[in-house]
Amino acid sequence: MENTMTQSAVPNRLSGNWRHYLLRWETFLLLVAALVFLFNSFASPYFLDPWNLSDATFNFTEKAIIALPMAMLIICREIDLSVASIIALASVSMGLAAEAGMGTGSLVAIAIAVGVACGLFNGLVVTGFGIPSIVVTIGTMSLYRGITYVILGDGAFTDYPSEFAYFGQGYVYWVFSFEFVLFLGLALVFYVLLHHTNFGRRTYAIGNNPTAALYSGIKVNKHKLILFVLVGALSGLASVLLTSRLGSTRPSIAFAWELNIVTMVVLGGVSILGGAGSILGVVIAVFLMGLVTFGLGLLNVPGIVMSIIIGAMLISVISIPVLLGRWRAMRERQS
Amino acid sequence: MCKKLFAAAAAVLSIALISPAHAEDDVRIALVVKALGIGFFEAANEGAQEAAEELGNVEIIYTGPTTTTAEGQIEVISSLIAQRVDAIAVSANDQDALVPILKRAQQRGIEVISWDSGVAPEGRTVHLNPSSNELIGRMNVKLAADALEAKGVNAGQMAILSATPTSTNQNIWIEEMENALPEFSQLELVDTVYGDDLADKSYREAVALMRNHPNLDVIVAPTTVGILAAAQAVSDEDRIGEVYVTGLGLPSELAGHVESGAIHNFAIWNPIDLGYAATMIAYNLVQGDVSEDYVEMGRMGLAELDDDGNAAMSDPFVYDASNVADFADIF
Repeated sequence: MENTMTQSAVPNRLSGNWRHYLLRWETFLLLVAALVFLFNSFASPYFLDPWNLSDATFNFTEKAIIALPMAMLIICREIDLSVASIIALASVSMGLAAEAGMGTGSLVAIAIAVGVACGLFNGLVVTGFGIPSIVVTIGTMSLYRGITYVILGDGAFTDYPSEFAYFGQGYVYWVFSFEFVLFLGLALVFYVLLHHTNFGRRTYAIGNNPTAALYSGIKVNKHKLILFVLVGALSGLASVLLTSRLGSTRPSIAFAWELNIVTMVVLGGVSILGGAGSILGVVIAVFLMGLVTFGLGLLNVPGIVMSIIIGAMLISVISIPVLLGRWRAMRERQS
Repeated sequence: MCKKLFAAAAAVLSIALISPAHAEDDVRIALVVKALGIGFFEAANEGAQEAAEELGNVEIIYTGPTTTTAEGQIEVISSLIAQRVDAIAVSANDQDALVPILKRAQQRGIEVISWDSGVAPEGRTVHLNPSSNELIGRMNVKLAADALEAKGVNAGQMAILSATPTSTNQNIWIEEMENALPEFSQLELVDTVYGDDLADKSYREAVALMRNHPNLDVIVAPTTVGILAAAQAVSDEDRIGEVYVTGLGLPSELAGHVESGAIHNFAIWNPIDLGYAATMIAYNLVQGDVSEDYVEMGRMGLAELDDDGNAAMSDPFVYDASNVADFADIF
């Protein structure tokens, strides 16, 4: 039914001039990122080194990969806080499988299968019982993590096959690591999925008005279920990368990552109330956060100060459009 | 609008404008701790600074993540690699997960050692233990002998209050204590009990020890939970001066009991010495001043290296009424 003309004419958000807004948001993020980049290159002589920049990407790539489907889920008015625990559970499953002597291919399959299963469970509970996803996934966050502690206790799995190290430590070409290239590829896939397919359009429709979406013939619950599974699957994939990078599994792996991931998504301009946001914004936010933490790290700014700065950055970046909107409304009333 | 935004962004960034000033020929040693804001590690940093001052041309970068995670430490270490520091001395949150990144550091010419909490041998050259099992076992018996002296008796009975019967460390230390006992003929070991490192169970076991052995002179608890519970039991049972408690404990928890007299003295590693020694070892590695069997630790003497590069710093440090108050503020 849709042709190219209506596609560009139908807004993602019914209130306000979305295109204008979206464009500004991403331009703004990009400007801040460029500023940080410039600042870093002046502040530290070690910043503009291809290998250093490449090393720095490892610190956010796994999180960024989960941020992509998480953005879609949040646009759809749901959230998954159990992602870090899914990483842990998938990692422990790989550890058990590696101990049983399975090869690299099976390890990857197992991690993704565990991720899919966890995501499916989250999605079924949310859609089946109609419980808010924030409640369900806070529950499964402890549940999945708890299982890893039961299995591993204070032990660790360290016997991974040597070729398994490629996923988290290997390079595709020159300084471009496998992880990073994979992230860029996935970002492209998710960009197309969210912005150029019916599936993506339905995601916005549900996020803006689930009831209207339902009466428009969209299978809302099925759609949400698919998104939960997608988040689970990519958490499983992230688990492969992280486990391979660390070369070992402990129950505390990826601890407290869920909030970092949600931070990336929200900083990327995805409305926490659902219905608005873009993949491009999330990708820029990922780089912005990576640049800030790496730059501060090079200056040996203590982690405590770093988290204060990132918190301040998040609040100021989020509140600026809100304040701007109020200011504009006030001016309109005055005139 | 843009101006405003830039101003905000610049304000955020300007906080970071604390550029490190260092001379290019300085030896830069990074002291990476489990997490920032922990008294024990702040004290280790003090020791590292002392070593830097003594050596002269050393800059210490004291850093670590905000939470005790391996991922956080990896992030910190990768920015240290980027800065091409000369050496990294790390107290690891995970002995295995740090190996890949530390291997990368070594490939880029950075000397890596671990201290306090070790890294698997592939990831570092030297691991500095605060002490060795033998030294710890011996020290515990010596502390019991000190307690007898404080009580003013020539011979007496001691009992051990341990953690769980399956605790590897504890069992090794008890074995080492038994090995050292023949040298201290004034001491007679009458019982070994287990408080499972639970405060209430340790307390009950300590009370039971005093009931079962009316002539007991010393309770040795090589566990921080046990020593605290036993000291509490002794003062609750009104046996201060008759039964002394000693072992391994934390100054901050035990300062009160040292004051009351339930504890004459006790031991634990000294974090200042540990930070000092780790810095010295890292410096000597950078300078190539290391042989296969030993490495210098400045005022802490020689560290003997075993085949895996493990070294023990010294006897546990003894705390008594003269110094416990100073250390109680630290850890």
